[in-house]
Amino acid sequence: MKIALFLTCVNDTMYPETGKAMVRLLRRLGHDVEFPPGQTCCGQMHLNTGYRTQAKHLVKGFSETFDAYDAVVTPSASCAAMIRDWHPRLAPRTAGLASRVHELTEFLVDVLGVTDVGAYYPHRVTYHPTCHSLRMLHVGDRPLKLLREVRGIDLVDLPDATQCCGFGGTFALKNSEVSAAMCADKVTAVRETGAETLCAADNSCLMHIGGALSRTRAGVRTVHLAEILASTEEDPS
Amino acid sequence: MTSQNAMPTYLGMPSFPDAARRAVADPRLRGNLAHATGTIRERRADAVAELDDWGALRESGKQIKDHVLANLGHYLRVLEEKVTEAGGTVHWARDAAEANRIVADLVKATGETEVVKVKSMATQEIGLNEALAEEGIAAYETDLAELIVQLGHDRPSHILVPAIHRNRSDIRDIFRKEMPDAPADLSDSPADLAEAARRHLRAKFLSAKVAVSGVNFAVADTGTLVVLESEGNGRMCLTLPETLISVMGVEKIVPTMRDLEVFLQLLPRSSTAERMNPYTSTWTGVHPGDGPRDFHLVLLDNGRTDTLADEVGRQALRCIRCSACLNVCPVYERAGGHAYGSPYPGPIGAILSPQIRGIGSEVDASLPYASSLCGACFEACPVAIDIPEVLVHLRARAVEDGPRHPVEKAAMTAAGWTLRSPARLALAQRAASASRRIVAPRGRIRRLPGPLGAWTETRDAPAPPKESFRAWWARTDGGRAPDPGHGTDPAGPGGTEDAKREKGEDA
Repeated sequence: MKIALFLTCVNDTMYPETGKAMVRLLRRLGHDVEFPPGQTCCGQMHLNTGYRTQAKHLVKGFSETFDAYDAVVTPSASCAAMIRDWHPRLAPRTAGLASRVHELTEFLVDVLGVTDVGAYYPHRVTYHPTCHSLRMLHVGDRPLKLLREVRGIDLVDLPDATQCCGFGGTFALKNSEVSAAMCADKVTAVRETGAETLCAADNSCLMHIGGALSRTRAGVRTVHLAEILASTEEDPS
Repeated sequence: MTSQNAMPTYLGMPSFPDAARRAVADPRLRGNLAHATGTIRERRADAVAELDDWGALRESGKQIKDHVLANLGHYLRVLEEKVTEAGGTVHWARDAAEANRIVADLVKATGETEVVKVKSMATQEIGLNEALAEEGIAAYETDLAELIVQLGHDRPSHILVPAIHRNRSDIRDIFRKEMPDAPADLSDSPADLAEAARRHLRAKFLSAKVAVSGVNFAVADTGTLVVLESEGNGRMCLTLPETLISVMGVEKIVPTMRDLEVFLQLLPRSSTAERMNPYTSTWTGVHPGDGPRDFHLVLLDNGRTDTLADEVGRQALRCIRCSACLNVCPVYERAGGHAYGSPYPGPIGAILSPQIRGIGSEVDASLPYASSLCGACFEACPVAIDIPEVLVHLRARAVEDGPRHPVEKAAMTAAGWTLRSPARLALAQRAASASRRIVAPRGRIRRLPGPLGAWTETRDAPAPPKESFRAWWARTDGGRAPDPGHGTDPAGPGGTEDAKREKGEDA
């Protein structure tokens, strides 16, 4: 199986540690992964802001870059949903490729058939199920299945977990007051758990919640799920 | 009512973000809304969970509505024929002005100057009360929440519970001040408030000669109209007056009585979280000696034909006005209904108003952006309107046909240009990494310039990393070559100073 990593523009630019964790994790599970250098962005920001023509250019670029691979795995549930739900509508020829794109937890549980990835992470952790992972991709409890198998983890439930954190891409700028009000409630819920670490399957939402946690000096760090799953006793993250 | 207060116009309303800003800053409003929507959200989830065939019902509701919309001309002609056969009179209104004209003329022909009203979204949409007031006709709302809104010279802020932004002490104050027959010592207990409203309204029901209603469903093949309600005020208005005028959007049709079986399950559970609403009234034309002697049906287009022409946007016309999407919407919960600048607030309003009114104004062009696209509305919708899909679709229309926003357009074009080429993206990433010590000396950004400043009002932004992933991959051959500058990532400890900082460990 020829596996490509679609890291996404946000992770590539801002969160390289998530990409390194993906590589480390997949190699540990016996699968090599390539990073096609032609990749940039799935087009979600442009599409969701109303710039459809720009989005179509990016969809075309994505399809040219990844079409040769058997499977594409990405650490962003939101981008995976964009590709699977919207790429075929914007460019019908991309339907075949779109069906071979998997968000990390789907790839691990459904394609590789593992839930115990041999991770070790001795911290109190709470998990935020992002809206697109939940209501567009329907990842269900796959992330929790993976987290529950992590040795040493103290996994605590997040109150009102399925409520949106208020990120929403350019929504966070265009409607910043409403976005911040939603985020404040999410931060309150996170603090109630007493967790040291908040994790999710999307760094964009974590950037948003983490930005407010940092501003309010909450003492909670945000970590992508991939980094927890990549962490081992010999090689902690 | 002063003339100023009698005209709660939506024209020239501020854009959604401006209006929402004020609501977010009002802690009492947010408290009222969070409590009310939170309660109904839970109750609705329970009411829906009771049915094991909810998914099938939802699919049926969607298909029946889509079938009607695809054959709307046919069903409208059938409805007109059947209503006429049963002794009613059918009127066709192209827009709000025509509909208001028709209703005003019908009321004037009776010689009356007062009408009682059953809660109706269509008449809110066309501003009927205000239009009638200009003609010297007083329209009295008889739904309790609509009465609170009307007495308070206010606008509705929710489809089902128009006074959701008011709490009971607000209501007591409004009644004491504006309801002539309210007891001077009226308390704020729900029972006392309801009793005061009941006494006030009873006098109206008994004296009114003309009633105006909306319509929840119109059964084409029998010409039967249906109104669902909870308070019995609808039953009073539909049976006591001599003349009944009903205004309905053309999309309210179902083909047969049998189809009601689906919607009479979907609507109450989705809207009030009840298995069945207390009052369901149906009527077909006129019957001598029983109910109104004169019945008029006004079929309202008002932008619906334009909406129907949009292949993606037309699904908004499936809406049965249950308001489940409002109750689950995190944006509605914080922004309140008034921010949407229309009688249709919340997610459904964000896709309906810009379609029926057009996307030319600032408020209408801002509505499709009044969502984080979290998808809770689609999940709750009993007729499976993919609201996020329509929002995204309308955003493209707003960019193409709405008011110009040159700064945003330039930024999006520049971002698109950069992202179209991996080489240009790599260059931008190198520039970001090079600036990290300057823009984020403490590992995070406290303040961003220009429009990005909206982010750092309440949130820190992360510092750019020392190098992008693609730079790391190229330099280390995907982590296979030794990485002296960064430990031995990815096989190494991964706990470099930078990595820790990116995770906020120094916060």
